[in-house]
Amino acid sequence: MTSLVLTHAKFQTLELFRIPIAVVGSAFWPAASMLAFVVPFAGDDPVGATYATASMITFAIMNTNLFQYGIGVSEDRAQPWDPFVRTLAAGATPRFLGRILTGLLMMVVSLAPVVLIAALFTEATLSPLAFLAAVPVCAAIAVPFILMGLSIGYALPQKAALVVAQILFLPLAFGGGLLTPPGGAPGFIEDLAPFLPTGGAVRLMWTTVTDFPFDPTATLALAGWTVLFGALAVWAHRRDEGRRFG
Amino acid sequence: MTERTAEVAAGKSTMIHARAEGVTKSFGSTLALDRVDLEVRAGELVGLLGPNGAGKSTLVSLFTGGRRPTAGRVELCGGDPRDPRNRRTLGATPQETGLPASLRVGEVVDFVRAHFPNPLPKAELLDRFGLNDLVRRQTGGLSGGQKRRLAVALAFAGRPEIVFLDEPTTGLDVEARRDLWEAVRSFHADGGTVVLTSHYLEEIEALAERVVVIAEGRVLADDSVAAVRGLIKVSRVSLTSPVPLTGFDLEGLMAVEQTGDRMHLLTPDADRMVRELVKRNVPFRDLEVRPTSLEEAFLVLTGKDQK
Repeated sequence: MTSLVLTHAKFQTLELFRIPIAVVGSAFWPAASMLAFVVPFAGDDPVGATYATASMITFAIMNTNLFQYGIGVSEDRAQPWDPFVRTLAAGATPRFLGRILTGLLMMVVSLAPVVLIAALFTEATLSPLAFLAAVPVCAAIAVPFILMGLSIGYALPQKAALVVAQILFLPLAFGGGLLTPPGGAPGFIEDLAPFLPTGGAVRLMWTTVTDFPFDPTATLALAGWTVLFGALAVWAHRRDEGRRFG
Repeated sequence: MTERTAEVAAGKSTMIHARAEGVTKSFGSTLALDRVDLEVRAGELVGLLGPNGAGKSTLVSLFTGGRRPTAGRVELCGGDPRDPRNRRTLGATPQETGLPASLRVGEVVDFVRAHFPNPLPKAELLDRFGLNDLVRRQTGGLSGGQKRRLAVALAFAGRPEIVFLDEPTTGLDVEARRDLWEAVRSFHADGGTVVLTSHYLEEIEALAERVVVIAEGRVLADDSVAAVRGLIKVSRVSLTSPVPLTGFDLEGLMAVEQTGDRMHLLTPDADRMVRELVKRNVPFRDLEVRPTSLEEAFLVLTGKDQK
C-alpha cells in the first residue's frame, strides 16, 4: 500500500514538473500578493507582518489546493488515461494519498517564496522552534482543502469545477478572516470565521507563529470539515464513471 | 497462491472468468447496452465484433470496473469488478490517445507494473512488445503504432489471467500487427483468457475461436468464427435494369437499395444471386459484384436497411 501511494505521488509529480510553467504559476501568485499587500502595509510592524504572513500562507494553501485538485482532477477525468488507471487493482486510497503528497510538495514550492519575502522584506519574526512547528501545521491545514478540491474535482465536470472553485475561494478567504488582521473584520465575520475551514486553519497558524491563543472550537470545526470533505471526496470518487461516452 | 492453484486444477475449463447477466447500460436517454448476457470461461479467446458505436467498449468498461450497469449484473473473476480485489488478475488497454504525454515509456510501464504483486520483469515486457528502443521517449512523441504497442503491452504488465484488448491493432502496419497477434496467441496458449473487441472481422478471424456479434447494444450472435462469418457475409450485386425487380421474387435477396437507376441487391451468396437473375430472365446490364463492409452487413442484419 505504502509503495503504491509513493508510486502515484511520483508519477503525478513527474507529470506536474514536466510542465514547469504550471509550477512557476502556482508559486507566482502568493509571492506577488505578499509583495503587493503585505510588504507595503504591514512590513514595518513585526507583529502585524507575522500575522499577515501567516494569513497569506493559509490563503496560498487554500488557493493552491482548491484549484490544483478541483480543476486538476476534473481535467484528468476528461482524459482517456483516467479510465485505464481505474482498471488497475487499486482503490481510491493510493490515488488520494498520492495526490495529497504531490499537493504538499507543490505547496512547498509555492510557499517558499512567501516565507523568503517575509524574512527578507518585512519585520516578521519567528523563532526557529516556531518555524519548525509551522511546517507540520501547514501540512495539516492543507488536508481539508485538498479533500475539498478532490470532492469538487470528482463530483463536477471541468467547467462546473472551475466555476465552483472560483465562487468558493473568495468568500472562504474573506469569511475565514484571511484578508483582515485578527479582530479586524466586521462583527458577523468574526463570529462566523472560527467555524469555516479557512478560519480554523488560519487560527491554527496564528497560534503556531504568534502568541494568538489556541482556539479549540475552531480546531475542532476544522477537524470536522476534514472528515466531511474526506467522506465527500470518497463518495464522489466512487460514483464517478469518468466521461459519459468513452 | 496454493488456493488458486487448487482452484485452477479443479476446473479451469468450467470456471467463468467474466459474466454479464441481463446487463443494461444507458447514458441519459441513449441505450448503449440492452439486456446483454455473456459468459467468458477461463482460457477462452473471445472476439467482440460490431460496428463503431455498437456498445463493445461500454461492455468492456463494465467488465473492467470503469462503469456500473444501469440494470443487471456484471461479474469478473467471481465478484464485482468495481472492487479492486477482483481486478488483481485483470489486464486492460488504455486508449492509445490517452497515454500521459509528458511521461516516458519506461515510467508508464513502471507505474502500471507497480500495481501488481508479481509483474513481468520490465525488460521482458519491453522486449516482447518491441519497446526496448523507446524506453526513454515521452509517450507524447510516439507514433500511433508505437502508442498502440505500448497500450497493449500495459495490459500484460501484471501477468494477468484475463485481458481485455480494445481494438488492439487498429492502425498498425502488417508486421507490427502480426507481432501483436503472436503475443496474444502465446498468452492464450499459456492458459490466459482473452476478450478482444474489433470492428474488423479479419482480426477476429486471426485470433478468436468464438465470436460475439454486438450491434445496437444487443448480442446478435454468439458462435464459432466460421458460423458468424457465414452470418455476416453479405455481398452487393449492383446492376441497371429497365424493369423494377420487385416482381421476380428472387431467392436469397436480403434487401434492395436504389441509387439513381442503379439497383444494389444485398445477398449472402452473390453467385447464386447472379444465377437467379439469369434464370429468371431479368434484363440487366453493367453487373458488378463486391463484398460489403462489416458496417453494411450489420445494417442488413439489424433490419435497418429493409426497404
